[in-house]
Amino acid sequence: MSADSDDRVKKALGKKAAYGEDVDLTKYAVGARDGPVIEDLESSGNEFKGTMQSVGVTTDEDARSGTIMFIDNSLSHCSSCNPEGVEIITTQQALKKYDWVRERIWTAVAPDKDKFTAHTYLEQSDGYFIRVKSGYHIKTPIQSCMLLNADKVIQNVHNMIIVEDDASADVITGCATSPHANESVHVGVSEMFIGENAALSYSMIHNWGDKTSVRPRTGITVGKNSHFTNNYVILDKVGTLQSNPVANLNGPGATAKFNSMCIAHEGSDIDSGSIVSLNSKDTSAEIISRSITVGGRMVARGRLVGNAPGVKAHLECKSIILKDGGTTLAIPELEANISDLEMTHEAAVGKIARDQIEYLMSRGLSEDEAVSMIVRGFLSGGISGLPPQLEAKIKEATSMADLGN
Amino acid sequence: MLEIKNLHAVAGEREILRGVDLSVKEGETCILFGPNGSGKSTLLSAIMGYSTSTITEGQIIFKGVDITHLPVDERAKMGIGMMMQRPPNVTGVKLGDLIRTTADEECAEEVLSEASDFRMSGFLDRDINVGFSGGEIKRSELLQLTAQRPDFLMLDEPESGVDLQSIDLIGNKVHDLLYDQTKCRSGGPKHVSALVITHTGQILDYIGADKAYVMGEGKIRCTGRPTDLLNTIRKNGYGECDSCQQIVTIE
Repeated sequence: MSADSDDRVKKALGKKAAYGEDVDLTKYAVGARDGPVIEDLESSGNEFKGTMQSVGVTTDEDARSGTIMFIDNSLSHCSSCNPEGVEIITTQQALKKYDWVRERIWTAVAPDKDKFTAHTYLEQSDGYFIRVKSGYHIKTPIQSCMLLNADKVIQNVHNMIIVEDDASADVITGCATSPHANESVHVGVSEMFIGENAALSYSMIHNWGDKTSVRPRTGITVGKNSHFTNNYVILDKVGTLQSNPVANLNGPGATAKFNSMCIAHEGSDIDSGSIVSLNSKDTSAEIISRSITVGGRMVARGRLVGNAPGVKAHLECKSIILKDGGTTLAIPELEANISDLEMTHEAAVGKIARDQIEYLMSRGLSEDEAVSMIVRGFLSGGISGLPPQLEAKIKEATSMADLGN
Repeated sequence: MLEIKNLHAVAGEREILRGVDLSVKEGETCILFGPNGSGKSTLLSAIMGYSTSTITEGQIIFKGVDITHLPVDERAKMGIGMMMQRPPNVTGVKLGDLIRTTADEECAEEVLSEASDFRMSGFLDRDINVGFSGGEIKRSELLQLTAQRPDFLMLDEPESGVDLQSIDLIGNKVHDLLYDQTKCRSGGPKHVSALVITHTGQILDYIGADKAYVMGEGKIRCTGRPTDLLNTIRKNGYGECDSCQQIVTIE
């Protein structure tokens, strides 16, 4: 990292993000790098167990190929970290260990993109580093957990996932705040590199405090004939959240699928989007965004950029407004830079049709039960294969009591 | 069981029901005949409580309770069940999940396993009515009613749009809903009553009907024995019914 680029990044410390409310980072302390270590996730000493489970992180580690956990800015748990074919260490360890990591870091996300990336770069933040070695197909998911545990601090993490050629894995990331860390900031830079004939399914579940500011910055590159799936779920209250991951499909035949389900509660400001740049021939992409507004502000963005022949892509933003007082803004964008491609989009915002509610009521469901069932089905539409404990969580979050009725 | 007195209802801007008087006794099956647009489906919707029509006058008494302004779910919980002719698509809600929710806990699995008898086992994981054919919608409605076990059944043209092979299946399932008293099947050990709309009368091959009403222009024009009335309508159309006060009621 040259002095030149350091200067450039320092200048970006004052650069506001393109979208979302600005966050004054100088008001927050840097999260501790020497926090508590949790040896056994199942033990009663793990006060975070409930919080972890609420974001799909299981403490039963037999159900996972590996678990890595950060509390604030410190590594607090890493277990079964050497299943065959997988390397799970921290980003700082990987930078020391491998030349190629030093070359790749900050190539999928630009360090001077905005103040959040600049801050992460200059802090030389740590995070998880997951590498799936060539030829290995990891059947059981690998999980990571990011916990905000101190109030008025910034959690600044830098994660990397490498899926080498002819390899595949599922990663589940749960991010949450413990109850006493409400007014904090989470900045997570994540860079994912998927080789050739490879696949990565990445599911991220968020559960923050109602004053937490969340600014993930994610970049993914996908190689020839490889597949990337991103599931994003946020069902609980949050202060402000702005996220807009970018996938670059750089090899022919590569695909990307972004699915998201969001609930914007009263007081929550969510700006959630995805961008797919289809840079190689016969690449395809699908962005499906489902959201519910119950008095909050919801911006659902989607952007497809077609740069190569044979590109096929579809974008779908659907939102139900359950309560007056909120705002929903759906912004689907298609950019075509070549003639031989096919890109479509579909956006719909509205209430639930009365005849559907009454139809379910005629089977004996109360109005609230009928609305919950339709809302749950609506949110889940397009996302399959979520962890079972998350299905229960979705059921709970879509009950009318939790939707503030 | 059900008594309707001078019922008036509007749908859209138009008055569709213009003073309907009708009754169904406990255990009785009544047939509702009438030309298209005479108000038959609106009457069933009004009894179920759907907001597609608004009652402006009159009363609906069910099991001795005035239900004229009760919400739909309370009517369902009192025992009213309906097979709609064109039910809405419910995207995202799986047929199997609805059955699991509505059936008695001890019966849910049995009803689900019976889905194959309805030729519906492949539909349990599908969104309700989305992409279903006419016959599939009928079979899905009957499976849902089997889970619900109402003791007052309203069927809106159960045989319309169904191929000949499936009519037998549908007729037998309607028969079961009315008469099968096995636990987890129909209403269990009680007398199920019904109000059935039919144009062709094919459903009468499967169920015993006690009485028929003929509707015209939002009113009941006459009542009589179902087979007699059906023969008259077949022979002379509905014209005669409009002046048919000579058809003796069987009460």
